[in-house]
Amino acid sequence: MTTVDQNGKAGGGLEQFDVEPVNRRDRQQPLYAARKKIHPKRAEGSFRRFKWLVMLITLGIYYVTPWIRWDRGEFAPDQAVLLDLYNRRFYFFWVEIWPQEFYYVAGLLLMAALGLFLVTSSVGRAWCGYTCPQTVWVDLFLVVERFIEGDRNKRIRLDKAPMSASKLAKRVSKHAIWLLIAVATGGAWIFYFADAPSLLMDVVTGTAPTVAYGTIAVLTFTTYSLGGLMREQVCTYMCPWPRIQAAMLDEHSLTVTYNAWRGEPRSRHQKREQAAGTVIGDCVDCNACVAVCPMGIDIRDGQQLECITCALCIDACDDIMQRLDRPKGLISYSTLASYDHNMRLAQLADGTVDPGRVHTPEGGIAPEVQHTTLRSILRPRTIIYFIIWSLIGVAMLVMLATRDRLELNVLHDRNPVSVTLSDGTVRNGYTVKILNMMPEKRTILLTIEDFPEGAMLMPLEKDEPRQAIFLDVDPDSLRAQKIFVIADPGGLEGQQTPFRFRVRDSAGSERAEYDAIFDNGGTQ
Amino acid sequence: MSEKEIDSVTNVETTGHEWDGIKELNNPLPRWWVWVFYATIVFAIGYSIYYPAIPLIEGATKGVGGYSSRLELQQTMAEVEAGRADLLEEIRTTDVTEIQDNPELARFASAGGASAFKVYCSQCHGSGAQGAAGYPNLNDDDWLWGGSVDQIAYTIRHGVRYDEDMDTRYSEMPAFGEILPREEVLAVAHYVRSLSGLDHDGTAMETGTRVYMENCSACHGDNGLGNTDLGAPNLADALWLYGSSHQELVSQINNPKHGAMPAWGERLGDALVKQLAVYVHGLGGGE
Repeated sequence: MTTVDQNGKAGGGLEQFDVEPVNRRDRQQPLYAARKKIHPKRAEGSFRRFKWLVMLITLGIYYVTPWIRWDRGEFAPDQAVLLDLYNRRFYFFWVEIWPQEFYYVAGLLLMAALGLFLVTSSVGRAWCGYTCPQTVWVDLFLVVERFIEGDRNKRIRLDKAPMSASKLAKRVSKHAIWLLIAVATGGAWIFYFADAPSLLMDVVTGTAPTVAYGTIAVLTFTTYSLGGLMREQVCTYMCPWPRIQAAMLDEHSLTVTYNAWRGEPRSRHQKREQAAGTVIGDCVDCNACVAVCPMGIDIRDGQQLECITCALCIDACDDIMQRLDRPKGLISYSTLASYDHNMRLAQLADGTVDPGRVHTPEGGIAPEVQHTTLRSILRPRTIIYFIIWSLIGVAMLVMLATRDRLELNVLHDRNPVSVTLSDGTVRNGYTVKILNMMPEKRTILLTIEDFPEGAMLMPLEKDEPRQAIFLDVDPDSLRAQKIFVIADPGGLEGQQTPFRFRVRDSAGSERAEYDAIFDNGGTQ
Repeated sequence: MSEKEIDSVTNVETTGHEWDGIKELNNPLPRWWVWVFYATIVFAIGYSIYYPAIPLIEGATKGVGGYSSRLELQQTMAEVEAGRADLLEEIRTTDVTEIQDNPELARFASAGGASAFKVYCSQCHGSGAQGAAGYPNLNDDDWLWGGSVDQIAYTIRHGVRYDEDMDTRYSEMPAFGEILPREEVLAVAHYVRSLSGLDHDGTAMETGTRVYMENCSACHGDNGLGNTDLGAPNLADALWLYGSSHQELVSQINNPKHGAMPAWGERLGDALVKQLAVYVHGLGGGE
């Protein structure tokens, strides 16, 4: 790490960052003030490495998914994940969902909501810090910015420098790469809605539908402006999530915490203070945690709305503590409960913090101090959330595994409801809709049940009326067939006769039924 | 411009407006908002020049773009017509009996016929073609003038008892009330009821049979099965256009009612007549 002129030096030769938290609580900006730019410094450490991994996985899923192939036979698309809006079908690997089965999506939404409760109550705002697209794309855009313009100090200097050829070149190439990423983001989105390889060809040759180009344009604009230009403002001003998530946290939820019980009183002049015999804490006030923060806050102010718990300040502080040969974890994932416990240990009767009470004489952490472990995740609240969440999931899987792929809907003609024929028999008309939800052609046997008098006839067919008709239904489609049912009213009682239509797959055992009414006619 | 007053509490300048000691702060709108506002003004000016906008006494300004909603409707209708032109031409050149052999054409014809039926036919025959007393039900299998698709097309094209069309379907049953004695009319009505198994006076059969054979069988047939060439109804089935009670039959024999229907051929054109025929034929009773 290079020491830069404008930064002072702390005790022990450490870099002292000249940085003010932009979003500091006691210095809230007026509502309409222009944004103060934040220049997050590159952090290194285990959380940063974990975030790289998460970024790789989430971006990988986003960009690669539409290109995965999945063979469904000749009558269905071979794209593993496809939202076919035109044909109103949704394909997800081995699952095919028709519009009327949209309640599966409702179930997924329920699971997402409960999952949010579960994740938030156990690991806090992990969604914000690691997997939110805003966070991931801002991270990606920052990588580009850092690659072209350098790290924090170089970027600050570049911002201040007058426009020159090299500054212009840097700016242009940065925004060009951002735009490229933005186009790729919008471009990947449309592949979820059509066959990816052929759509790519269409997009490149200019023959894709207008809506595809429109979608790319809109998503390019939003990605570029939200990820490149607006960044942390999206989280602090536009997003409802921080407000909702904050309400779901409790004292056992993991949050990124500055452990004031061992850090305070902070001092930049550790050696001098120690020599003078003043009581000082572990925090050397180097501001490394502020410099790396992409949200422009000072974590030492405590929990705040802007904090997305990306944990980069933990990495930055651990690095400093390690070099000072002090225990890591001055900033750490901790629960409010253990923070309070340790604070009570460290506090004197008058409320001031004496870090000596939580340290061993050698400078280590005293054994009475409570450390937050992952066991904090296991609590009744999270377990209940998890049980409900998994019950919904299991119920959906069972429904999915046992659902019908053959459905029947029947519409009774209403005008006229019944027709008396010249031989005195009565005819009712029905539109029988057979849904073959399998990607293969099926021969369906249509029968009428519990109606000894009645017999069916297909219009314009000169066959004798019968009680069973074979119908071919195309793969993955609906066949609407007009059917006449004819019966002699002499053998029927009252005005209506209930009966059932039944369809059965002639090759399998799957079947569906529909309760129908036969109007006995006569009184019109 | 006078000195701006700065509010001491908020350090924001005031507008100078004051009500009961309460002063209004001058917090300006965000700049982007103001610019959007200006942009809407510019847009409105352009819009009112390009499109019809400003109402005058004789109507609104026309706008330089030449837009009118009527024109747009005409264009849309023309597009629809153009899209149908091929199929309509095919219907025009196809014999009405062969339309059903082509499923796509039959579907198009039937849909067109269904919508035309609602406009031109439903006033008498009902919106579901279910008919009414005196107006035939077109869903059943009983046809006065024949139920094959070409017979139906002919009836639609030339009408029934429609004087202005030379080829119209025509027949007229004499008013037997002026020809036959009353007892014979009563007896033959009993006989006609017996043909379809309805309750009747058995003692009138002898007279009724004789009167029927002498006066009615020429048109209605020896067994009362009717004759579609003459529009003579089948008297042996369960369907009665003017009612099946003895009184209704007597009335019809004495002074027959005759339905009439206009000829639609010239008015609707060949293609639409064929579409209507295909639709009516497909209602269920077509032969």
